[in-house]
Amino acid sequence: MSAGTTKLDVTVADVVPVNELVTRFHFRPTNGGHLPTFSGGAHVVVEMREHEGATPRLNPYSLMSSPLNTAEYTISVRRDDVGRGGSLFMHRQVKPGDRMVISYPVNLFSLDLRAKKHLMIAGGIGITPFMAQTAQLASSSGNFELHYACRTASLFTYGDVLAERYGKRIHLYHDDRGEKIELARLLASQPLGTHLYICGPAPMIDWVRNTAAASGWPSETVHYEHFSAPKPGLPFDVTLAVSDKKIRVGEQQSLLEAIEAAGVDPPYLCRGGVCGQCETNVISSDGKFLHNDHWLSEEEHRSGKKIMPCVSRFEGRSLVLER
Amino acid sequence: MGIQFRTETFRDDFTFRNSPEHIRRFPFPFHEDSYMYAVNIEPHVPGPKGSVLENLIDVDEHYVSEMADRALVLAEDPLRCQSLPHMTLAGWDLLELLMTEQAKGYPEHFTLTRDGDNWHWINRPLGIDQKFVFGDLSTLPYGPMEYITRQSQGDFCILDQRDGNLWMDAGIVTTQADWSLDFDIGMNFFEWHAPVPLAHEKGVFTRALKFLLNIQQGQPARRLNWTMTINPRLDTSPENFHKWGPDRTTVTPENVGQKVHLRVELQSFWRLPRSNAMVFPIRCYLIKMDELATSKKWARRLHRVLRDLPEELATYKGLTRYRPTVVEWLAKHDDGAPTSSGFGPD
Repeated sequence: MSAGTTKLDVTVADVVPVNELVTRFHFRPTNGGHLPTFSGGAHVVVEMREHEGATPRLNPYSLMSSPLNTAEYTISVRRDDVGRGGSLFMHRQVKPGDRMVISYPVNLFSLDLRAKKHLMIAGGIGITPFMAQTAQLASSSGNFELHYACRTASLFTYGDVLAERYGKRIHLYHDDRGEKIELARLLASQPLGTHLYICGPAPMIDWVRNTAAASGWPSETVHYEHFSAPKPGLPFDVTLAVSDKKIRVGEQQSLLEAIEAAGVDPPYLCRGGVCGQCETNVISSDGKFLHNDHWLSEEEHRSGKKIMPCVSRFEGRSLVLER
Repeated sequence: MGIQFRTETFRDDFTFRNSPEHIRRFPFPFHEDSYMYAVNIEPHVPGPKGSVLENLIDVDEHYVSEMADRALVLAEDPLRCQSLPHMTLAGWDLLELLMTEQAKGYPEHFTLTRDGDNWHWINRPLGIDQKFVFGDLSTLPYGPMEYITRQSQGDFCILDQRDGNLWMDAGIVTTQADWSLDFDIGMNFFEWHAPVPLAHEKGVFTRALKFLLNIQQGQPARRLNWTMTINPRLDTSPENFHKWGPDRTTVTPENVGQKVHLRVELQSFWRLPRSNAMVFPIRCYLIKMDELATSKKWARRLHRVLRDLPEELATYKGLTRYRPTVVEWLAKHDDGAPTSSGFGPD
């Protein structure tokens, strides 16, 4: 597929269960040598094939290894039992020695290197990009502080690792013990020139962004990563007007994957509704859009003229796209 | 056997010229008989052997003399090389890119050996043998960007990416077509392109920025730009306008062939891995009208392009004063025959 980024052939070097929900995967270049250098916050798109020749499912995962280590990349995947099966595939089928294809790293959640201080807020599996960013900053004497909330101690993915690596710069909050990030006070006590980074569930991102805005933080200093994995849903039919094809989007398939399976390659980078690359014009529709992206404005969502096929779906009688 | 580096000057006595082989590899920028702005960006992939695109970072017979000219410019005006404090990491990225590409493309002239962070760089044309620690500023005589760009042809702008824009936060600019890094430093993409006529109305910059923001590692892109320069002067900067501006009044029908140069910029666009910044190398190629006219197709086509160029563009490129004289000279090389499509000579 030509539409995304350059591809890398990798071999699974190790599969490490981290806790009951999260498993870590180590990738090394199949042909030896080194992987490309990357910057903290970057993700790769992993191609998952059920069998040789099958249409791949493509999911983005943040790189969590140190950017200083190009011998291997690591990602951590949280099992989602009600998702489309990407994470289940990774957990159940991927074994050491398997060969896989991943994209070159792409960074849509970059550190602002002008910052005098980097204040990071993580929730759950949203910790992964911060694993790489803290490693990058620690190696260059960067000033950072991480506040990380999780449901229980047993699910505190890498909480212990971070605390051991960085000591007082790491603050852990257990939901089941009633521990809460005192956000308003935290934001009010930051030195001038601090940048704020958020990665976690959508309600957490909204909460931190709204609190920061209300406390007068300039929007240029607030950064967030908001990948939503494509959600499963009812099957629906689509007409691709430019390529003159009719396709059916399966229950566990994204619209983008169905378009690709029909041999049409729209551009993409994140496959998570944030980068804007696969934005597609709607020629006509009769039904209801299920917009799940963070790219289009609310107005564009209401207009029914555009859709992001990587994460959004449709329910109704007919949908004609300019593809 | 490698490249035969010429000893020549880009100032005072202006001994610069292209060898016959270099005339044939000149990146002629017009694929048809007219010119208008477009987002003419394409993937920066290796091109035909013997062309300026054979290697993604091109080194040619002017290398040694261009580096000597850069050193003279920097000695007179250190502000031609600037890097805001947050751009040092991007400077290391650029050092890696240029050392790696030059060593790969020209192993007879450059060698890079890496053992973890302990690097050994050998630049034979300039007689440099440097061991240093990657990432450790104290082990190089200059900052990483300045160190490597004193050894690399072309200007380099390093752009920080944030807030959905690109910011000119570092660079070295000594071979420019009348723009100033010192003036543009810290500006964003729209600010530094503000003086360009016509292109804004066509939405060229909005589309170009959207494209550039999405350039990813391993997928560089490129475009050509052009203007004309009187005498083969690399440093046509606003700071030195008093030195080169008056040259534009000296063009006569007798000296067009030697004095007037087509100046082509090969601009490429790269994502840098550690900093997530971008670098735009802007590589300048010069060719005299006498040299250009050794290709009948190029002379015919340049005649038609210059003759029909919209007045605003001629003004912006600074051609107004001597354009009629050059068009008249080129007309003698235009027999009215059709030109084949594409860039190459016949």
